[in-house]
Formats: sequence, C-alpha cells, structure tokens
Amino acid sequence: MSNKLFAAVAFAIAVAIAAGSQLIGNEYFFTATYTVLQFIILATAWNILGGYTGYVNFGTAAFFATGAYTAVALYNAFHAPLIIMIVAGTVAAGLVGLAVGYLTLRLRGVFFAIATLALAVVLYTFVVNWDYVGGARGAYILQPREIPLGLPRYIHVLYIAMVFMCAFALVVARAIETSTLGRGLAAIRDDELAAECSGVPTLRLKIFSATVSGALMGMAGTTLPYYLSYVEPSSAFSLSYAVNSIAMPLIGGMMSWLGPLIGAVLLGTIQQIVQVTVSSAWNLLIVGVLLVLFVTLAPNGIMGWFDAWLRARRRS
Amino acid sequence: MAARAEALVNEVLLDVRGVSKRFGGFTALDGVDLVVKPGERLGLIGPNGSGKSTLVNCITGALRNEEGSIHFEGTDVSAQPPHRRIRLGLARSFQIPKPFSSMSVLDNLRIPLLYAARQHERIARDRISDVAMDILRQVGLADKADAMSGGLTQVDMRKLELARAVAAKPKLLISDEAMAGLSTSEVDEILALLTSLNRQGIAIIMIEHIMRAVMKFSERLAVLVAGRKIADGDPQTVASSAEVVKAYLGE
Repeated sequence: MSNKLFAAVAFAIAVAIAAGSQLIGNEYFFTATYTVLQFIILATAWNILGGYTGYVNFGTAAFFATGAYTAVALYNAFHAPLIIMIVAGTVAAGLVGLAVGYLTLRLRGVFFAIATLALAVVLYTFVVNWDYVGGARGAYILQPREIPLGLPRYIHVLYIAMVFMCAFALVVARAIETSTLGRGLAAIRDDELAAECSGVPTLRLKIFSATVSGALMGMAGTTLPYYLSYVEPSSAFSLSYAVNSIAMPLIGGMMSWLGPLIGAVLLGTIQQIVQVTVSSAWNLLIVGVLLVLFVTLAPNGIMGWFDAWLRARRRS
Repeated sequence: MAARAEALVNEVLLDVRGVSKRFGGFTALDGVDLVVKPGERLGLIGPNGSGKSTLVNCITGALRNEEGSIHFEGTDVSAQPPHRRIRLGLARSFQIPKPFSSMSVLDNLRIPLLYAARQHERIARDRISDVAMDILRQVGLADKADAMSGGLTQVDMRKLELARAVAAKPKLLISDEAMAGLSTSEVDEILALLTSLNRQGIAIIMIEHIMRAVMKFSERLAVLVAGRKIADGDPQTVASSAEVVKAYLGE
C-alpha cells in the first residue's frame, strides 16, 4: 500500500471512529479511550527511535511534558486555541529531540539511555522552578466554554483531536518504516559501523529519528492540560509514560508500526479495565508481569510471534 | 596544472601518505605510505597486531589518523566520515562479518545500493532488486537471497560481506581477511570471486594470512610489521627477502 493510500485509509478510519463513537452515551468511555489513544501515540513515537533505530529512550516523559508545558505556557500567555497548542507543543518537543539527538547520539547503547533519563530529570527540575507555568504548585487550566462542532462536552473535542493525532503518528511511523530512510535506520540498529561503511549517514539519520520521535511524544502531551484541568510536574513527568512507551512496543513488536499499536491497545485497555474494576495501583504491576512474560516467551513481541507462526505454517 | 592533476588521478587511486595512529601510548601505525593504482591487486600481509586492520580503519574512515593524509582519486579524504568515503568508491569488508541481521540477504545489499551506489550511478528505484540479484548471482548467494542474513554459514557471511561492499559500486575494495578460518575449497571460492571482481576493474587490497592465496592473487605485495611498512614490491622478491622472513619466523 502506498503512503498516500495508507494515509487516506488511516484518516478515513479516524473520521469513522470519531463520528461513530459520538453515539456512545457513556462519558467515561471518552476519558478512558483518550488514555489508550495517548499511549498509542507514545508507543509509536518511542518505536521510531527505539525500535527502528535501536536507541532506547528512557526520557519519554521529558518529551511528553515538553508538549504539555508548551500548552500550559500558551494558555497562560493568551489562551491559545487548541490547534496552536498542538502545533507549538509538537515543534517544541521536536526541537528538544533535535538538541538531545545532537548532543547525545554519539553515545552508544546504555550511555544514551542514561542520558535520556538525565534529560527527564533536568527538564523536571527546570519546570519545578519555572513559576510562569505553575512551578511545583502546578497550574489550573480551564476548559474553553465554547465547544466546537456542537459537541456535548469538551472531552469529546480532546478525544477527537487524539484520534486524529493518533492517525497522524501511525502514518508518519509507517512512512518512515517503508522508506529508504527506514532501511537506513534498520541498518543502524543492526550494526552502526557497517551501516556507516555502507554509505548511511548515521549521525544525521539518528538525529532525524530522535527529532521525529520527540515531536510525536510532545504532540501526545499537548492536550494533557485541558484533559486534566490541572497540571503539575510530577504527573506530567510521571515514570509510567516512560515505562509504558517502552513496554508497549516490546509487547506488540518493534519491527513495524503495527507492533506498538497492538501493544498499546492491549496494555492500555487492560490498564483501563483494571483501574475501574480493581485499582489503579495495579497498573504498573501488570505492565511488569506482561513485560517479563513477553521477554521470556515471545522476545519479538506479538508481531514477531505471529510472523514466526506464519513462516512455520508456510513451510509445513 | 589541470592536465598534471588529471595525470596524477589517472595514475594513483589511493595515496596513503605518512599515516600514524596511536592508541594511548601504543603506536599502531607509524608513518605508513601506501599507493594503489586503479585496477591493481595488492596483497597486504603482516603478523597479528602489525596494524593491518588499523590501516583499513584509517583508510575507510572508521578511525581517524593523527598524522599523515589519505587521498582518494586526488581528493584528500582524511577528514571525511566513512559514509562519504564509500560514496567516493572506497569500500571494505569486515574481518568479523557484520551482516544487517534483521534483514534478508537481498535487503542487506539494498543499503549500499540505496545509500552509496546511487550517489554516483543512476539506478532506478525499481531496478535495485535486479541489481542486487545480479551481485548475489556473481558471489554465489542467489539461492539464499530471501534467507535471513543472521543465519548464514561462515563462508556465506564472508561472501555477503564482499557482495555488500561490491553493491556500493566501489573503485577500490579492501578485503580484510575474508578467508580466515575457511576450508581450502572455500578459500579457492573467495579467491576466484576476488579475481573476477578485479577483472571488472575494481582495485583490490587483499589482507590475508593464507600465503598461498596471497601469492596467487597479488601483483604487488606490501608487508606491515609493528605499524611500519617494511617491504613493498614484487611478491616473490618481497616474500623471500631476509627482513620479511625474519619478521615472520624470528631469527
């Protein structure tokens, strides 16, 4: 399928989901699904650098919070419209990705992972001390009173925005994966020196990968302030974003755009169900158990397991 | 002046001048000079640890030499990263094979075809598979085109290394111990392969310990000992010179 066709299909599905779900009367559906959609974006974004390129990023929260706090700053500045928050937050997080990529992508393996963890700590400290966006106290963000498109509540707007951002993230990820660029990233993941010696400009591609990955993570965070109505650093920088965005591609499969989608839908839905039926305290435990199970039983994720099964069937 | 430069380019493909490389206090290369002419077959030998692989790494850009310069077709490439050098036509194979193991054998060749060969040779996008298959046929891996490269046998991995280097459409190929650890018949296979690549006009530096293969292949033989080039010339003369024998066998 060509990228244009895939984009058309993805956005058509997004329109269908956005419109179809308006028939659902239960308000909680939108709140819960919003979270799952947010994790689809984070997992997809993480996978561009982590899965395609092979650089493990522990700093998802930093990029996510960059998007969220850009939105808070714009809200405080002039109550910017949502679309401006989304665009600005995406660009800001992309710039952070660019800077981090330039500074740290010369580091390999575990050193890069530690550098991204440090980034999250540095940005957290910065935000805690930045009074304009609420500092450690946090900031209250009131949802706009006028709701566009005649929708009943503002969560519907955020939900629809999330559906489209999700489609956008998947289209970007798939376009990268199937392009010459995607092959170059895969070569870097497999063997960086061999890639460089085969003509792949590894540093440039890694920086590109970090920029796009960071931008998409930031995009997912831009609607957080309106969603929560109250943002404070420890929730915006929560460890669960980093853990989930690593666990979801790992469980779904890191080689293609479908893996993070499957992983996020599966893990995100389980977490939402458990949160309602049991307790939110169980969420990270579930992630941990599933992670251990998959790493030992299906190290290439659901997609990898499925591919192996297909190959075995074709052979017999 | 321009005519002179052109004459130089025509005569010399690779010109290594006074290259030195140190790791801390250890001098791995000490003022090495080496010239390769277009289409030439050069054998490079030396005991283990004599700096052969370090020299390859400096020539291809994986390491930066502290002193001296490396010119390729008249351009100074000393400061260029490896991906630029391969685009100019300076290719290598790795001593320990480094396949892109998540990819099929055919997809391994796509990387240099897309990223290096297309920089100086127009290959239509839909022709890339055909070109890759041609190269695989030439090295004898055509029937394994769809196999995952991580699961190949040693000899096939060496062939893949060479195929991937060739896919970059190089003018010079440095084969870094492509035969080490292979059986006699496998050595002959690789030897025949390198010879046929050379016939297509690719200059080849063969780094090898197997003297039978080196002597059969080389038009010229250079010897590296403890980071210095101690001999360079006609293979028979060099191999029987007292200094070379001493370096290999001791006194």
